[in-house]
Amino acid sequence: MSARVALVQGNEACADGAIAAGCQFYAGYPITPSTEIAEIMAARLPRTGGRFIQMEDEIASMAAIIGASLAGLKAMTATSGPGFSLKQENIGFAAMCEVPCVVVNVQRAGPSTGGPTAPGQGDIMQARWGTHGDHPMVAFVPYSVRDTYDLTVAAFNCAEHLRTPTIVLLDEVIGHMREQVEYPERVRVVDRERPDPAITPPDEYLPFAHADGGVAPMADFGSGYRYHVTGLHHDERGMPTANPTEIDRLVRRLQAKMDLAAASWQLYEEMHVADADILIVAAGGPVRPAKRAVNMARANGIKAGLFIPQTVWPFPVKRLRELLGRAKAVVVPELNLGQLVLEIERHACVGGRAVPVHSLTRVDGELFTPAQLYAAIEEVS
Amino acid sequence: MPVVRDYLRSTALPHIWCPGCGHGIILAAILRALARIDPDRDEVVVVSGIGCASRAPGYLDFNTLHTTHGRALAFATGIKLAKPKLKVIVITGDGDAAAIGGNHLIHAARRNIGITTFCFNNSIYGMTGGQHSPVTPVGALATTAPYGQLEPSFDLCGLAQASGATFVARGTAYHAAGMTELAYQALTNEGFSFVEAISQCPVGYGRRNRMGDAVGMLKWQKDNTASVRAAERMAPEQLEGKILTGVLHANSRPEYTKAYDELVARLAQDKGGTGR
Repeated sequence: MSARVALVQGNEACADGAIAAGCQFYAGYPITPSTEIAEIMAARLPRTGGRFIQMEDEIASMAAIIGASLAGLKAMTATSGPGFSLKQENIGFAAMCEVPCVVVNVQRAGPSTGGPTAPGQGDIMQARWGTHGDHPMVAFVPYSVRDTYDLTVAAFNCAEHLRTPTIVLLDEVIGHMREQVEYPERVRVVDRERPDPAITPPDEYLPFAHADGGVAPMADFGSGYRYHVTGLHHDERGMPTANPTEIDRLVRRLQAKMDLAAASWQLYEEMHVADADILIVAAGGPVRPAKRAVNMARANGIKAGLFIPQTVWPFPVKRLRELLGRAKAVVVPELNLGQLVLEIERHACVGGRAVPVHSLTRVDGELFTPAQLYAAIEEVS
Repeated sequence: MPVVRDYLRSTALPHIWCPGCGHGIILAAILRALARIDPDRDEVVVVSGIGCASRAPGYLDFNTLHTTHGRALAFATGIKLAKPKLKVIVITGDGDAAAIGGNHLIHAARRNIGITTFCFNNSIYGMTGGQHSPVTPVGALATTAPYGQLEPSFDLCGLAQASGATFVARGTAYHAAGMTELAYQALTNEGFSFVEAISQCPVGYGRRNRMGDAVGMLKWQKDNTASVRAAERMAPEQLEGKILTGVLHANSRPEYTKAYDELVARLAQDKGGTGR
């Protein structure tokens, strides 16, 4: 089988990536600019033996994919800002109960109803901290149609590996843009570890064990392991507990999944960073104009480089600090009033030297132009 | 035949319900009905939301899921559609099912998805200490209705029937044997079943409304209900103020996951279309 070349929309690539990763269940609710993902899954899943359902609301969609995942299917939902807000309580439930699933948020300009067909990146912080309490949350931000395919696969693989919900943050431009892409012949697919009855008899199964690695095998409902799942503080068997030692171990073990994600799922790309004096850090939609601006700068003798975090949570801090070690200034363009920049500012003091960080923001529902970003580079150089 | 004890997680007991609560009687009735069916325990899933009734699954030796407030039916829909061979049961309360979860109840019934829902109705938010629910009677006292409830209450069974449930029944903790029979019929219906189980909350409702202790409240259930069969022979003035119990509605139409399976089979024959 040869690689497939096609003219594909970002939202379509997201659906294609999900199916390549083994997604067999989709529950969703119509919302611009993510609706194409639901439409494609509605057509394709029943043809691949999967299941699609349009639920009565966003909250129910999130609940349904958690239920499907507990029953053993890889499951996904997609939404945009207002729906992402509604899903937050159940996203936290999935994190607490360690149920793998993928939530796609095709961001639009906010706040509130905002601009349904305008791009935005106002949900970067919400992706990390939108649900209450301390919890792990891994989020990927693709910058092209092909990247959307790859990162959707990564989101499923990471969710299965770490037994946790993961988020794919598209934005309206990435979701609706059409590009020619060449899909890979095959992708690496990770499946959750399930308990083996030959090794773990059901009466010895600890679905929420604090064992080495921090991720216990997960049994499907209906597979012979009868266990309890609750959003209450619970012990290793899943039963509610008020024991402070148990609670402390649980909450810390869940949070430590961020370290596991940093070790295995921290994706980024770079362009001209080896000798960069001026470093642009951009994710998602702003990456395209940033690439052009860097090329313009290089043509004019300015040593500019681009760092593209594809995993924004956990942020690729180690590599960022290496790059900051030689940069004279950093420019962070975002389609919000400065969210990702906070993560860069947190780490901008390297070896006792504070690297100036310039936040470039846009919230008028329009994109950055290459000229606008080039002007920013020129100004700080 | 299994007995009630066989279905309990002995290590999870004692339960958290207050002395005099009706929930244990209703849960036992459901378990007796399940024992008659004697399903493979590995294929039974019990899902709940938040509240007193929703703590029930933790005590049961099945696949059990204690979800977020109001959302049990939405989680259960995902489970049933993903794995239709599973027997999916939802245990919920009146606040959980009719207030925060009302939308999910309406739509699960409309789909006629094969889920059996038991709504333990004690007319109050018990776990949070006695606030009014959508079924608290007009005039009744609650901590958030200190001068008496002003809002009219929901007829939960009427709501379920109008929404499309294919089996609707109402029982009480007092009529425990009848409750078992209704649970059995609900559990053997292929589509969406809704059973309202009238329970008593002496601590959060009865005491405040001068209904006496648990015995007094059970007696109230006896005195204020009439079975649909008895009601046929009663005069309108005798039925005044009585709550009807028994099977209130039963019909047959396609179950949702079966219909989806048929779609998958039909598409397998037809290789064209949008599957790529």
